[in-house]
Amino acid sequence: MAEPAQADFRTRLQDWLPKIVLAPSFAVTLLFVYGFILFTIVLSFTGSKMLPKFDAWVGLANYQRLFSLPEWKIALVNIAIFASLYIVICTLIGLMLAIFLDQKIRGEGALRPIYLYPMALSFIVTGTAWKWFLDPGIGLQNVMHQWGWESFQFTWIKSNTMAIYTIVIAAVWQTSGFVMAMFLAGLRGIDNEILKAAQIDGASNWQLYRRIVIPLLRPAFLSAFVILSHLAIKSYDLVIALTNGGPGRATAMPATFMYSYTFTRNEMGVGASSAVIMLMTIAAIMVPYLYAELKEKK
Amino acid sequence: MASSVSGATQDSAVSTGNVTRVFIYLVLILFALFYLLPLYVMAVNSVKPLAEITGGNMMALPRDWTLEPWGAAWSTAQIGVSPTGLKPYFLNSILMVVPAVAISTVVGALNGYILTKWRFRGDTWVFGLMLFSCFIPFQIVLIPMARVLGLLGLAGSVPGLILVHVVYGIGFTTLYFRNYYAAFPTELIRAAQIDGAGFFRIFWRILLPVSGPIAVVSVIWQFTNIWNDFLFGVSFGGTSQPVTAALNNLVQSSTGVKEYNVHFAGAILAALPTLFVYIVAGRYFVRGLMAGSVKG
Repeated sequence: MAEPAQADFRTRLQDWLPKIVLAPSFAVTLLFVYGFILFTIVLSFTGSKMLPKFDAWVGLANYQRLFSLPEWKIALVNIAIFASLYIVICTLIGLMLAIFLDQKIRGEGALRPIYLYPMALSFIVTGTAWKWFLDPGIGLQNVMHQWGWESFQFTWIKSNTMAIYTIVIAAVWQTSGFVMAMFLAGLRGIDNEILKAAQIDGASNWQLYRRIVIPLLRPAFLSAFVILSHLAIKSYDLVIALTNGGPGRATAMPATFMYSYTFTRNEMGVGASSAVIMLMTIAAIMVPYLYAELKEKK
Repeated sequence: MASSVSGATQDSAVSTGNVTRVFIYLVLILFALFYLLPLYVMAVNSVKPLAEITGGNMMALPRDWTLEPWGAAWSTAQIGVSPTGLKPYFLNSILMVVPAVAISTVVGALNGYILTKWRFRGDTWVFGLMLFSCFIPFQIVLIPMARVLGLLGLAGSVPGLILVHVVYGIGFTTLYFRNYYAAFPTELIRAAQIDGAGFFRIFWRILLPVSGPIAVVSVIWQFTNIWNDFLFGVSFGGTSQPVTAALNNLVQSSTGVKEYNVHFAGAILAALPTLFVYIVAGRYFVRGLMAGSVKG
């Protein structure tokens, strides 16, 4: 009598075991991701200053204040400039390098790691390297002067209007090789028979790539776009290391804005509302993409 | 697909003329120089005396080689208020990264195994919710996380940072293992079940032995991300900040003479572990990553 009961218990345990093992991860995700998101959303409707305070309900006042702040407007303009240039340039460079590398290049094995290694570095390291290389006093401008090009000027990193573009340069340097790898994988996945057939039909190289290869790379374009836009909106480390948001606040971004309002200016409510805007922007890009991915896989 | 990423394994159908080929090589080499430039600048200037940088040419090789900047960056440079160099922060990073990578990879492997081989109603939703957590801007969790770490007594400590990195890392590790195990024939699992093998036994004996390639991806990904993290380190590190935060502190410090050579040496020091991992195992990483992301 005892044995079947025990066996029964064992099979039932086996049935439950997967769920029991998965449960902690799921619970942690619910609490630390979704619970925390809710916490921050609620906080953005309160008048919290230095510490979270849930009794001082202010409605939408933080959002109104957020969008009236000049620094937030600067941050929005900067993220628009940065994200669009970063995504477009990385995609173009990545695609070009991938297509070129796919032409039976000698030394591809040596070139690929050179293109890719910046991805292994921290944005703080990247920022440090470019910060001093672009510094007019000791970096590129000085080098050109030393080499005899006395009139050469490159002071973007010190300029209110141009500093944002130095962040684009450093960020493109860091990730374009990775985008190249994504496109290269896509190119290597294309069936050669299709290309040969098109060539027999008399298509030129240009037509071949424009009409056949690039349309076939659609999934790689989509992945690149999603990854790059997500990196762009989150960009915090690179800005801190390269310009620290300056000169003045010329290179402020939503991520640096959130940090400074929450932790140094003691306007936690406003900081929380800026984080909510960031989340909503990323969600607008990621949710449809993830939804489509998951649906397909089913 | 996965194996074709490395090396030109197939003939490209596209044929190109000589002029075009010269142009292609030229562009490829120019970009290689562009990617190598900052590394060259950092390496060359990290072994120069400061005067050679401020009064000389950044691109020039050192006239007087010196390893002093490296020694200073490692053990005597001023980080914040104390002249400790990067050493203690480097150790913090190691103490943080090793357990965080190990835990998140093991948890991700188990999750991936369950989500593909022990499917249940609503499992896609569970996975979807975990997957989305990879992509949230971490600014949205900074305030409550600071609060919770304080309540747990983990604020400003290495265990606190480990917790944070495990929590926000399991989404990615679960994704990797799930995609990898999805391709593993479920019939083998069922057969083992009929033979009486249980949940852990099947995992241990059947799936784990074939998990090498994806474990490499997961470990490299987590290692690079956690080692390179700055936001969590600077927000929750307190007195146990990781090396990225210390490096930023060193470079941004506004007092005294800017010791560029020490900054460069420090930057290379902070980058060495991930560069090393990349050089040793980077090939497997890209291969595995592409296999996951392009398959879609």
